[in-house]
Amino acid sequence: MYRYDEVDQRLVDERVAQFRDQTRRFLAGQLSEDEFKALRLRNGLYIQRYAPMLRIAIPYGLLSSEQLRKLADVARRYDRGYGHFSTRQNLQLNWPKLAEVPEILAELATVQLHAIQTSGNCVRNVTTDHFAGVAPDEIVDSFVWCELIRQWSTFNPEFSYLPRKFKIGVNGALEDRVATYVHDVGLHALRNSEDEVGFKVIVGGGLGRTPMIGEVIRDFLPWPHLLTYLDAVLRTYNRFGRRDNIHKARIKILLKERGVERFREEVEAEWAHLKDGPGTLSAADVEKIESRFTRPAYEKLGTDPISFEMGSVPNFKAWKKRNVHGHKVPGYAAVTLSLKKTGVPPGDVTSEQMEAIADLAERYSFGELRVTHEQNLVLADVRTRELPALWREVRALGLATPNIGLLTNIISCPGGDFCALANAKSIPVAKAIQERFDELDYLFDIGELDLNISGCINACGHHHVGHIGILGVDKNGEEWYQVEIGGNQAPASLGKVIGPAFARADVPGVIEKLVACYLERRDSEAERFIDVVQRVGIEPFKEYVYGNSHKRTTRRQRQLAVA
Amino acid sequence: MSTATLIRERRVVNDSWQLLESQPCLQVGEDGLVPDFPDAADLIVPRKLWALRRDDLLARRGRLGLALEPGDDPAEVATDLEHFALVAVNFPKFGDGRGYSTARLLRTRYGYKGELRALGQITRDHLNFMESVGFDAYELREGEDAEEALASFGDFSEAYQV
Repeated sequence: MYRYDEVDQRLVDERVAQFRDQTRRFLAGQLSEDEFKALRLRNGLYIQRYAPMLRIAIPYGLLSSEQLRKLADVARRYDRGYGHFSTRQNLQLNWPKLAEVPEILAELATVQLHAIQTSGNCVRNVTTDHFAGVAPDEIVDSFVWCELIRQWSTFNPEFSYLPRKFKIGVNGALEDRVATYVHDVGLHALRNSEDEVGFKVIVGGGLGRTPMIGEVIRDFLPWPHLLTYLDAVLRTYNRFGRRDNIHKARIKILLKERGVERFREEVEAEWAHLKDGPGTLSAADVEKIESRFTRPAYEKLGTDPISFEMGSVPNFKAWKKRNVHGHKVPGYAAVTLSLKKTGVPPGDVTSEQMEAIADLAERYSFGELRVTHEQNLVLADVRTRELPALWREVRALGLATPNIGLLTNIISCPGGDFCALANAKSIPVAKAIQERFDELDYLFDIGELDLNISGCINACGHHHVGHIGILGVDKNGEEWYQVEIGGNQAPASLGKVIGPAFARADVPGVIEKLVACYLERRDSEAERFIDVVQRVGIEPFKEYVYGNSHKRTTRRQRQLAVA
Repeated sequence: MSTATLIRERRVVNDSWQLLESQPCLQVGEDGLVPDFPDAADLIVPRKLWALRRDDLLARRGRLGLALEPGDDPAEVATDLEHFALVAVNFPKFGDGRGYSTARLLRTRYGYKGELRALGQITRDHLNFMESVGFDAYELREGEDAEEALASFGDFSEAYQV
């Protein structure tokens, strides 16, 4: 856990005071709606369909028990007793009162939390691997680099009024669990042949209405240059990114209009001036940040086998298979608490649950937890011998659904139930699909499948990179759902639409057909849904869902032609 | 002469500078002559005017300032900077942040040491960051409270950035 020093704390406190004054001026009519919008958004405050929404930053998804308790407390006293974990590892409150937001922020500041730059046209909360620091395939502990980036981006005076929002994701392991190729900037840690750490720099990925896979603009950036290189990318974007059209303002459009070669040349030319300048990181800079992280005091443990007795409990076995993950330290495991129980909006937790989870984290996992971009929580440092005991407690809280990596682990935005931008609701669709696939044996048989739902083209539910992606669309004032298949987070690929949209009631049936088509065609259980789509293309799935009416038409036309 | 509040080096000051619009100085009058510039006044001139009438502007006794728009590339005026006692950067919209990069470049890359003034939609909410990137003068938007604006320099007492 990163611990604030006096400067970190002072900056957060000063931000609260600044925003309190801005809110006062807005309520007194001294700031226009538009101006206050630019200021409140960078403090995480949206005005939504029914109420404001406050997005609280969980920097790189790392949270302490104490912080989670405060979130529970704030949600209970200032909201309706629950919160929603988002795909940027943040927590959203759906019903705060605008005038009370400065007070909420002041409360959060007491536990080193804030809502700084969780929205607005600035650098957003940097995201990373929820297994950072514990992953068996770790290259570097990405938390340290994320904190360096957090400090660099926080109140960065030059990059606070960008053309559009800017999202950075850092992956520090062999496997990319961050979806780095769909970020404005994705950083992928590497070690070169001399064992020096550096980053592959990927620019211009993103979802939204113009989904794009990022381009690698540098294969290996030695770590001392991380921040000066980011300065060069951001300065290029700040100066030349489009500001005439909000839908063309992301860096991906600049990169596309320039072409990757020219864009890279511009960034490198800018960097030539900044390289080795004052922004260059020294080993001491990195050590200073590293030393401010508390680290779990791991015991020396053997690899305890799970007792025979527990091994035969089917529910425990299922949970262990799906929700328990490897750890770099022997005798420990990482555990995902599923926030995807059937019938509960994906990512939602109540204040009571938050408090109970905070207790669990304290008793089982050194008082820390992580938020995943798939909207679950992780206890990262659990002794394997305590897994059965933890499982019983987690199950009692309704957080042991063994569906991580499976179809019902749905990523979903809040959708039309809350969001002012949405064309359609997403939570009821997620619920209907989860109900249809509630049978565990069937779910396990289907195997790994990412299903993502967005209520509109802005793609907060990451539907483009779901193996199955569902997008809410508006047709003459009615809610319809377009279905894509073939998307993937890493290696990144974007889904393709299978055909005309469906009414909400038909969506679960369509998913069943897609799954049935997959099960018929897979060559073994090892071949996942996404593998089959990549092998056979979307046509067979299309036919399975829509029937082969278009072929009949062709045959009829042929007959007509012959006649 | 502008009536807006001017802050220079964290103090409210009177403004001796006059911002010239391009149009009148480029139009030919009825007598067929291009209008003269006031000889002794301190003038801030747009880039276009500077490009067209450089010699006339330099021949005057008054001091000279240059006004840049958000899309202007400071590299293109880098070698002219020695002629200017003031460079003004316009912020036509509350959220257009290009001018922050312009300021940084003028100060750090092109070594500009004179007055660097922010013009346009400048409110107290901008001042702290503007000062950080190198501005030292600000023409506040109409209606801004000067005292509150001065207080806003203290919004943040530290910065992470070098």
